[in-house]
Order: sequence, then C-alpha cells, then structure tokens
Amino acid sequence: MRRSAQYTIAVLAASIVIGGCSSPWNDPYPANQVHGDIVYSAFTAQPKYLDPARAYSADEYVFLGQIYEPPFQYQYLDRPYRLVPLTATTVSKPSYLDSAGHRIAAGAHAAYSVYVIHIRPGIRYQPDPCFARTADGAYRYYPLQPGALKGRYRLSDFHHTGTRELTAADYVYEIKRLADPRLHSPIYGLMSGYIVGWKQFGKTLAAVYQDHRQGAFVDLRRYPLTGVKALGRYTYSITIRGRYPQFRYWLAMPFFAPMPWEADRFFSQPGMAAHNITLNWYPVGTGPYMLTVNNPNREMVLKRNPNFHKETYPRHGGPGDAAQGLLHDAGKRLPFVNEAVFSLEKESIPYWNKFLQGYYDRSGIGAENFDQVVRIGPHGHPRLTREMRRRHMSLSAQVQTAIYFYGFNMLDPVVGGYSRRARDLRRAISVAINIEHEISIFQNGRAVPAQGPIPPGIFGYREGQAGINPYVYRWAHGLPRRRSLAYARRLLAKAGYPNGRSARTGRQLVLYFDAVATGATDQEMLAWMRKQFAKLNIDLVVRATDYNRFQDKVRRGDVQIFSWGWNADYPDPENFLFLLYGPNSKMASGGENVTNYNDPAFNRLFLQVKDMGNTPARARLIGKMVRIAQRDAPWVWGYYPEQYVLSQPWYFNAKPSLMANNTLKYIRIDPKLRARLRRRWNPPVLWPLAVLGLVLGAIFAPAILEYRRRERRRPL
Amino acid sequence: MIRYIIRRALYAIPILFGVNLLTFVLFFVVNSPNDMARFHLGFKRVTPQAIVQWKHDHGYDKPMLFNDRAKGVQKITQTVFFQRSMKLFVFDFGRSDEGRDIGYDIRQRMWPSLAIALPTFVIGILVNITTALFLVFFRSTYLDWLGRLALVAMMSVSSLFYIIGGQYLFGKTLRLVPISGYAPGLHAFKFVVLPVVIGVISGIGASGRLYRAFFLEEIEKDYVRTARAKGLSEMSVLFRHVLKNAMIPILTSVVVVVPSLFLGSLIMESFFGIPGLGAYTLDAINAQDFATVRAMVFLGSLFYIVGLALTDITYMLVDPRIRLK
Repeated sequence: MRRSAQYTIAVLAASIVIGGCSSPWNDPYPANQVHGDIVYSAFTAQPKYLDPARAYSADEYVFLGQIYEPPFQYQYLDRPYRLVPLTATTVSKPSYLDSAGHRIAAGAHAAYSVYVIHIRPGIRYQPDPCFARTADGAYRYYPLQPGALKGRYRLSDFHHTGTRELTAADYVYEIKRLADPRLHSPIYGLMSGYIVGWKQFGKTLAAVYQDHRQGAFVDLRRYPLTGVKALGRYTYSITIRGRYPQFRYWLAMPFFAPMPWEADRFFSQPGMAAHNITLNWYPVGTGPYMLTVNNPNREMVLKRNPNFHKETYPRHGGPGDAAQGLLHDAGKRLPFVNEAVFSLEKESIPYWNKFLQGYYDRSGIGAENFDQVVRIGPHGHPRLTREMRRRHMSLSAQVQTAIYFYGFNMLDPVVGGYSRRARDLRRAISVAINIEHEISIFQNGRAVPAQGPIPPGIFGYREGQAGINPYVYRWAHGLPRRRSLAYARRLLAKAGYPNGRSARTGRQLVLYFDAVATGATDQEMLAWMRKQFAKLNIDLVVRATDYNRFQDKVRRGDVQIFSWGWNADYPDPENFLFLLYGPNSKMASGGENVTNYNDPAFNRLFLQVKDMGNTPARARLIGKMVRIAQRDAPWVWGYYPEQYVLSQPWYFNAKPSLMANNTLKYIRIDPKLRARLRRRWNPPVLWPLAVLGLVLGAIFAPAILEYRRRERRRPL
Repeated sequence: MIRYIIRRALYAIPILFGVNLLTFVLFFVVNSPNDMARFHLGFKRVTPQAIVQWKHDHGYDKPMLFNDRAKGVQKITQTVFFQRSMKLFVFDFGRSDEGRDIGYDIRQRMWPSLAIALPTFVIGILVNITTALFLVFFRSTYLDWLGRLALVAMMSVSSLFYIIGGQYLFGKTLRLVPISGYAPGLHAFKFVVLPVVIGVISGIGASGRLYRAFFLEEIEKDYVRTARAKGLSEMSVLFRHVLKNAMIPILTSVVVVVPSLFLGSLIMESFFGIPGLGAYTLDAINAQDFATVRAMVFLGSLFYIVGLALTDITYMLVDPRIRLK
C-alpha cells in the first residue's frame, strides 16, 4: 500500500515536471494539445447563425465554409478568381430557353436559364445523430419518446451517430428552405426575382405553417418548387428567369449547400429548440470539418470529418505561387490539419499579445501595433520590422474587393441633382477631400485611393492612366496626382459658391455630414472631415449618430453627405455597378443604391452589362459606365481597403482569398516547430517576483520592528 | 422577521415592475422593433417583408404598451410589454431573440462569473480588512501616511488600467499565466488567478480606506480603552474587539453585493474572455437582444433587492440591539 502511494506520488511529480517542461506556464491550451496538428484562431464576434439558409456574414462563413459544401468553389490559388467544382462534376454552363421552353442560342433573348448540376457519387455526410439508426433500420432518434430529452442540452448527449450519401435531392431541399418564411433567409427577396416558382412556393409554405405548431417539421419534399428539381440521384436543375450569369457565384455560397431532410426533421422535434438543440446551432454537412464544440461564449472547435470525400490540393497556381511555396503540397490529399480551435477574443490587446506569444497562428494588424510590425518603404511597399523578421513571421497584403466612399444624396436640393452646378459642387468637394491623407492618417497607408466603383481584382478595373478619374486626378510622372485646391475652388465658384459663399445671398455654404460615430477615434475622423470642407470655406455640420438611426436616415433620404461601404458578394463588376443602378434606389425601392443615383444612360448600360460574359465588349461598356459615374460624381470615390495579415513561421499555404471561405482545408502547420518556438518565446520570468518580495520585505520590516517595539514597551 | 421578509417581498413587486417598465422604455427609445429586425436579419439585402415577418415571429408586431384595438383586459395583455416582460415575475425568462433558452444560458454562465467573483470577494475582504487594521495599528506614523497615500493612488486608477497592466505584466512580460481565456473545472485555475489578483488589488484602494475609517471610529471608544487597561496587547484589542464591532458597517457594505456576484463583471469578463454573465449582458446589449437584456436587468434588480434585505437581516444578527419591524 505504502509502495503504491509512493509510486503514485512519483508518477504525479513526474507528470508535473514533464508537463511543465512540455508546455509553458502561460499556455492557454490543454497540455495534451502541445504537439497536435491543430490550427489556433480566434473570433471577435459570435456567429449569429450557423444555418446555411440564414448565415450571410464573414463571422459565420469562417465556420460554415468548412462544414457545408455548395456545388462550386473558388480555385484557391488562381487570380482573378475562378469557379471550380466542389461536389459537382463540372461548373455547369446554363442552357437558355425561350418563353415556350425551347432551347435557344446563347446570344438570343432568353426567357429562362437552366442550370443542370451533376454531383459526384460517394460523398457522405459527417457522422450525426440525425442519421443514427437501430439494428432494425429505424431511426434511433426519431420520433423521440416523451421524456427522452431529459438532461439533454447538447448534441453530444445523443451518443449514436450515422451517415448517408449526399444526393441531389439534398440540394433541392436546401433551396426550398431558402424560401421558407420562418427562416428569413437574406436572399429570399433577391432570389424571388429569379428562381421560377419561388414566390408561389413561399406562399404555399406560409399557408402550410398556419396549420402547424411553431417550429414543427414540415417535409419540404412534399411540396414541389417549379424551378428546382432533382432529375436523378445525382443530378438537379435550377431554372431562373432571364439571364443572370452571376447566379453561378451564388452556387459557391453556403446558401446553396445541401441539407439532408433527416437533419431538418430531427431538429424540428418537439422540445429540441427549448433545449437549445437546433439546426442553427449544430450544422450537418459533408465538408472537411465538423463542428464538435459550439460554445460561442468561449470556444468553437472544428474537427476533421472522418467521412470527407477525396479532394486534393491544387496543382496549379498564379504567378509567384510556386516561389512562395504555395505549390509545395500540390496534389496532396486534403485537409491537412486535424482540428481548428477558435477562441473568443473580444479585445484586440489580449489577441495581439497572445499572437506574439505563439498562441494564435495568424493575426491582422491593428492601428496601435502597426509601427511595431510594418515599415512602409519609399515606394509604398510594406516591409516587416526587424523584430518580426527575427521571429520569421510572414506578411501578406491584398487589396480587398470592397470600397469605402462618401455618398451624396442625389435627391438633395443642394448637393444632389444632375445640373452643371450640382456636378461642379460635388466635383469640387471630391477634389478637396484628400483621400490620400485619410489613408495615411487613419488607415496606416493600408488602402488604395479609388478612381471609380470597381476595385482591383474585379473585371472592368482599369489600371494606370486609363483608369484614373479625370475629374479629381491628373496623370503626371507616371502616377495619378490629385488636382489642386485652386482647381476645386474654381469649380466651387462655377457652382455658384465663390470662396464658399453663395453668389446669390452671400451666405456661407453649410453642408451636413451624417456618420456613425460613437467612439473617440470617430471624433478625430470627423474633425479631419470638417477640415477638408473648411479648405473650400464650406461649413460642415456633422450629424453623428448611432448605427440604427443612421441606417434609418439613409433609408428615408434624410441625409446630404454620408459615409458608406460595400463588400463584394462575388467577383463580378455587376456586384459594384448595381450600387449605382437607378431602380435599386434606397428611397424608391429599398435597394442598395444608397445615393439614389439615377442616370438613364448608366441604367441602360447596366442592363446590357450585367448579362454579359467577361469579354472585351463588356470591358468597354463598363468603362463607359464608370466614366458616366465619374462625371456625375454621386460618390467621393474613397478607397479600396488593403488587408494585411501576419502568419507565424509554422503556418503554410496561406494565400489571402477574399471570395473563398472554405480555405481551412488547404492550411498545413508544423506543430513541432510551433511547440519549440512557443517554449522558446515563453519562459516564465521569476526574478521580478523575488524583487517584489524584497520590496515588500523592505516595507514590512520596519513595521514589524515597530510592532515589536510597541509590544515590549511597558505600560505607563 | 418572517413578517419583515414578506413585507420586503411585497415591496419588491412594484419596484421590479418599475424597473421592467423603465428598461422597456429605455430600450425601445434607442432600438425600434424595425432596427432589431434589421440587426438580426443582417443589413445586406433585407426586404421589408422579411422585417414584417421577423417582427411577427418574435412578437414585436404588437403595440408597445397599450393595444387599443383589443378588447377588455387584452388591451394590456396583447402588448409587447406584457408579453415580453411580465413572465419574468414567474421566472420564465423565455427565449432570446436568437431563439436560445435564456434560463439555461444563465445557469451555464453563472459558474464562470462565480469562479472569478467569489474568490475576488472573499480574498478581497480579507486583504482589505488586514490592510485597514495594519494602517490603524500604525496610525499617525509615517507608515499610516504612506499607506493612505498608496490607497488614494490605487483608488484613483481606472480598473481598465489594472486589467491591461496586469495582463501586460503577469501575462505578457513575466509569462506566468495565460493572458486571457477560460477552461471549465479545475483547469480554470490558471485562467482565473490573474483576474482574481487584479480584482483584489484594484479594490484595496477604496475599501481599505473605508474600512480604516470604520476601525478608527471604533478605536477611540470606551470599551477599547477598557480592553487596553486590562493589559491586552494591541493586536488582541484590534482583532478581538475593534474588528468585531466594526464588522457591522463592513457587513452593510459587503452583504448587499453578495447576490450580485452571480452577475459577473462586464469589463473583466470581456478582457479575459471569461464566458460569464457580465459578458452575456454586454453581448445582449450589443446584439439588441431585448429578451436577454430585460432578463438580466430583472435579475440584477432582484439580486439588489435581495442583497438589501439580507443586509438588514445580517444587521439584526450581528447587533442584538437592532430589531426588524
């Protein structure tokens, strides 16, 4: 007995010593993960939706992109972005039909476009209780007996799992779910203009739900949707109205991923929602990873899906990819890492410090840390500082497919309208607002001044002299140069405001700027903005407000000048040009044209351009549209933001992709190198504690002496 | 005492009703149901129909406080206020606007909050009392003067400074503990030690001074002089006599916060990534989740009322002269 106690103590002591050696004291992860093939990342905002029918934000796609598999995906390395099959056998091209349903030539006017998609056989879902069956073939967890949910608040409380093969019917089922009025899919409105029979299907479901209890299972397989059909076990078709070439990009988003009807039925059982067991919380997919821990208050964990189908790393990439080692794993089977741990990290300071200690594999660069990490060279190229180079960090920088701009409300009587006066006023302001300064001061140089609505990397973007906005810039010495303030003042005078005063009344021009501003840095930005207008002697009144009020004001057109931004859904110029398409006006139709710009020539060209393939003719027409918009200046074009990401030396195959959201499967890490560097970077420093002890001793020693002296003192 | 407790419980009902009403009004002054719908549906491509449907599904399509189209008592019951707020009185917290069971989430998240708040509270009281007694023992000496100076300096520093400074010193520079994070069970120790240390240190300034004042008030009283006259050592006087009598005001300032320990700390939990109820409340406010906000405000008010009642009861228990009527 005594020997066994000694043995136990020895083992415990050894394990503490070994544990202490293998994992630094400040390691936030369990000691058994030290050498694990695990990616460590963080999320700052909790994902609201993990149901592919509802999710529509980057915070959600970080997880969903790894779990659900739509038929297409973006090739990981190619630029410009290119669609390739994911579960489909090919990226199908649509066939076009006339109104009678007869096939027509590609160039003719089409009443319908039909996408026929063939998926690969043999793809299987992740293990999930919704598929679990008993020995006699019945579903184990359907229907649940009364009381079966007692004590069950997590999916892992259902111990049996099963799987089945992916079929075309699962894709059809998910598309039907998008029309489900209970799910509030964000693309319901958009798709109702395209998918044939969609609106009627939504109405049918609304009527069906009136006869069912809230949240009850309605088997969508029983209700046909005219435009979406399973043509066989592995083939389905989607019929949309007219031509909509951009539709193929939607087929690379989780909205169009498959959903097994068993999952819908399993999670819709009575009592499941009350126990927080919902499809929105526990995704069921065929992707390389499955969500095994969903605690968005602390941690989310993706683990390798044991049933994942065969997929390999791309064999071809863009120029320079091979030199950067991005083709080192060409042809190897995906995914590489077994697990990805995402920790909730709401504040940027702890996140950054933990990244420097090696506990996160990648990090963006905050404004407060920028100088510690990056030096901008004489030609504007970013370079890592010596400290970061010593740590063998790597930096990737990429201009995002997004734009931030200042909008003029085109319905406003002062800054809006299409008269010469109004154009000159807007152009004068466009010249006076020095975007280059804004980028330098507020973005640490991490953005490219915008010349028009289309950012780099999107078809139709023009580089060099041909691409500049001639109303704001001139081309000199091989670079675009902002026009002078004198030029802006001349324009302002032509607009009827010489030196910022009305030529008619003599009063100073007062303009109103609406912005979301709640923090201290926002005030600096607003002060800077006032200065830009003051250069033209225009008095800018800032109306800072919260996000809700601001959105509401823009919707009602109760704004004059305001800041706005747009992040692309897909890499097509239509996704930017539609922001200026008249019928999309925010006030008239609730669309995304927030400035309510409406130019007939632009609108006409938009209708032509949106259905075209990426041909030289399309590029020409886009050029015309951009020129019209530059002439009318409904936006101060602002900037295209640039994304800087730092990666640790053990992190491989990282190529920034602004479109693909299923990139985790390509990532490879070297866990041994990580463990070694973490140990080297994180030895505990103990001597300050000894110093602290000495200081405390120095403080308390006289106190103790005084205490003793008092206690020895004889009473009087 | 039973009658007293019943009376306090009855007083609590109109107070809680008022808090509920105030929360409701304040929340909807800032966020309209349309704003909430847009927030939950996302800001891209939201159609007016989707907003109407969301409000209908979540019960925000009813009139706010008074339904003039309904009949009889339904004029009151068929309102957003009644439907969303009155069930709280039977502790039915309902579902969050995201569809989660709020009661379950509260039960899950109170433990991480307690893991920090409870040790901070207990150790904090011990450290603060010890500090105050130390200063009282050396009153009117340079140690007292230096100590008071240090306490004033400590209470003048923002709690955010302690958090960031603590993370920087102990987590980043000395690398003794993780900078942030949390793990359940015994693994929580290495994550909670720093927040607890910071919580204790940041509280010394204000509480140490307050307790010192309590002790000084007692130390000049006759019974202390009598104790000294009996020949008791100064330490015995302080710990046996002064401490006991000064506990009454200390208890009043301490017991009131005991029930609120469940609710956690907004800033501490946010910076340390602790998944407690403080972070839960903050997230709900940011997410415009009225269902969760009103549940947490209700709980906060309830705990405060319970804390006040407990203070009164404790008063009576430690001072036999006091009787509750």
